[in-house]
Amino acid sequence: MKAVHNRLVQKLREAKKLRTKLFCAYVTLGFPNLSVTEKLIPALESAGVDILELGFPFSDPLADGPTIQFASAEAIKNGIQLKDAFRLIRKLRKNGLQIPVLFFSYLNPMMHYGVSRTVRQLRQSGFDGLIIPDLPPEEGAMWEPWFKNADLSLIYLVAPTTEESRIRKISKHSNGFIYYVSLRGVTGMRRSLPSDLLKKLKIVKQLAHIPVLVGFGVSNEKQARAICRVADGIIVGSAIVEKLNIRPGKVDPAVHLASRLACAIKKRS
Amino acid sequence: MRSERKTKQASAKPDQGGHFGIFGGRFVPETLMKALDELTRAYLSLKHNSKFQKELAYYLSNYAGRPTPLYEAQNLSRALGRDLRIFLKREDLCHTGAHKINNAVGQGLLARYLGKKRVIAETGAGQHGVAAATAARLFNLSCDVYMGAEDIRRQALNVYKMSLLGARVIPVDSGSKTLKDATNEAIRDWVTNVETTHYLLGSVVGPHPYPMLVRDFQAVIGRETKVQIKKLTRSLPDFLIACVGGGSNAIGLFYPFLNEKVKLIGIEAAGKGIQTGEHAASLRKGTIGVLHGMKSFVLQDKNGQIQLAHSISAGLDYPSVGPEHAFLKETGRVRYESATDQDALLGFHLLTLLEGIMPALEPAHALGYLAKRAKNFPRGSKIVICLSGRGDKDLDVIRSAKLK
Repeated sequence: MKAVHNRLVQKLREAKKLRTKLFCAYVTLGFPNLSVTEKLIPALESAGVDILELGFPFSDPLADGPTIQFASAEAIKNGIQLKDAFRLIRKLRKNGLQIPVLFFSYLNPMMHYGVSRTVRQLRQSGFDGLIIPDLPPEEGAMWEPWFKNADLSLIYLVAPTTEESRIRKISKHSNGFIYYVSLRGVTGMRRSLPSDLLKKLKIVKQLAHIPVLVGFGVSNEKQARAICRVADGIIVGSAIVEKLNIRPGKVDPAVHLASRLACAIKKRS
Repeated sequence: MRSERKTKQASAKPDQGGHFGIFGGRFVPETLMKALDELTRAYLSLKHNSKFQKELAYYLSNYAGRPTPLYEAQNLSRALGRDLRIFLKREDLCHTGAHKINNAVGQGLLARYLGKKRVIAETGAGQHGVAAATAARLFNLSCDVYMGAEDIRRQALNVYKMSLLGARVIPVDSGSKTLKDATNEAIRDWVTNVETTHYLLGSVVGPHPYPMLVRDFQAVIGRETKVQIKKLTRSLPDFLIACVGGGSNAIGLFYPFLNEKVKLIGIEAAGKGIQTGEHAASLRKGTIGVLHGMKSFVLQDKNGQIQLAHSISAGLDYPSVGPEHAFLKETGRVRYESATDQDALLGFHLLTLLEGIMPALEPAHALGYLAKRAKNFPRGSKIVICLSGRGDKDLDVIRSAKLK
C-alpha cells in the first residue's frame, strides 16, 4: 500500500527528529459562530498549536461531555453544514494556514453526505486526516484504502480498556498517530487524571509503532507536562471551547490558554 | 427435521461482527469495545449453559408470569368480519404489564453471572425503566435509569414506580430531552463505569451484541405462540402483526417464524401522518445512518443530524429501529406498514369496548391498522397480534386525546 503524504505525517516526522512534543487543539466548527471559528484557527496556529482538530457538530455526540455537547448543539442551531468545513479550511489555507488540520466527526453526517464524497472534498479543501470516535477499526477497515489513496490519515483511538493485542492491531490500522483516551468517560475538563495514566501510557507507547497523543480531560499545564513525559503530545478540546464562553465573540481567552499549554510542553524538551 | 435445519440458518444472523446484511455492527467509542466483547462472549456461552437457561426459565414462569395466553378475540374478529380469526398474544399480562420484563429478567440474570453489581437503563415511556428497576430488585443490583426530562413530566406514574422500586431516575436535559437523549446519556454513563456496570438496554437496538441478545430474550413470545396456535388451530397462522418502535416485541414474535410460511407485518407509528414529517416511521421514511452504535434506518435531516420522532405512544417515539428489522425490510421478509395516532386511538377503544382489554398505545397501532385494513386480508385468515403491553400507563394521554 502506498505511503500517505500530508502535513500531519510531515509534522510527526519533524517532531520525532527535533524531539519536540505536539499540541493538538480541538475546536467545534461554528461555535459560537462561523466567523469566530475563522478567527480562532489562525490565532491558535500563532499561539503554538501544532495540529488542529476541527470538530463537525453532531446531534448525538456519544463520546462528548457537556462542553462539547453544548457547542455542538449551538453550531447545529447555526445551521452548520459539511460544506462550511470544506469552505473554511480552503479559505484559511489560501490565507497561509500551515498546520495540519484533522476533521473530527461522528460517522453519521459523513455517511449521509457520502463517505467517498467527504473524502474527496476533505482532500481538496486542505485537510490532512480524520478522527471518527464511533468508528472502530472493525467497521473502518473497508474505508481505510479510500483515505490512504486521498493522502488522509485516519486516526484511531485507544482507550484505557483496550487490551494489549488490540492496541497492537489498532496501531497497525491507525495512520499518523494513536489518539489515547486518558480516562474511562466522555470528553471534558477534569481536575485530576487517572492515577495509572502514565503506567498505561508506557504500555501503549511500547506496543505502538507510531506516535501517541493523549486527549480527554486534559485542561492545564501541569497535566500537559506530566503526560508529555511519556506521550508524544496532548490533545485539548473542552478547555479551549469552554474559554469561548467567557467573552462572547472573543477568541483571546482561548488563545491565551493555548499559548500557555504550548509553552508548557515545549519548554521541557 | 428440515425445519430444524432452516431454523439453524436463521440463527446464523447476525455474523460475528453483529451484522445483519449491511446493518447492525458496532459503532461505539473504543472504551466500550472490551465490554461489548466480554458481553458477547459471556452471552454466547450462557446461551448453551443449561444452568443459566434453567434459572431463566424458572424466573420467566414463576416471576414474570409466562407462558402468557394466546387469546382468540372472537368479538373483535366478528366485528371486523371476513371470517377472520384474530388471536392476541397477551404480553400485557406479564408482570409489570409489558413484554419488557422478558428482556429485563434475562439481562438482570446475565448481569449477575457477569458479576456486575449495578445496572443502568434508558427509558422513554418508562416501561423498560420499570422492568429494569424490577429485575434489579429481583437480582439485588443497584439501578439507575436515564429518562428525558420531557418524558419524566409526561410519565409521572412510571417515574414514581421506579423510585418505589429503589431505582434512581436521572433526568436528561440534553438535546430533545426524550428517549434518544436518554440513550446517549446511558451510553456515556457506561463509558465511564464500564467495569462495574451492565447496560441493560431495552430494545433490539444499539451495538452488537444487544440486537441479538435482546431478540433472543424476547423470542420466547414467538416460541410460545407457535406451540399455542398449533394447539388451538392445528396449523400455523397466516399473519403475524406487531408494532415496531425499536422493535423488540415484533422481533420476539417474528423470529421463530422467519423460516415458516407465515406473512409478517410490522407496524410503525405514523404519528400525525406519514407525509407530515411528524412521525416515527424510520423504516418507511428514514434513510441509512448510524445512531447509538448501530447502522440502520434513521430519521435525519439533510445534514445528517438526527431528527425528532413523533408518536402518541412514547414507546414508539424513537428515530431509528433495530438493525434486524432494517435487514428484514431490505430482504422483503417482513412488510412494514404504519398506523397514525388516530388509528392507535381507534385500536385502543375498539379492543376495550369489544373485548374488555385495554391495550397500551403501542400495540394499539397494530390493532388500529388491522381494523382499518381488515378488508385487505383474505377471508378466514388466522392472524396473531402481539399485544405487547397494557394500557394503564396511557390513560392520561387517552383521556386528553380527541378521537376524530
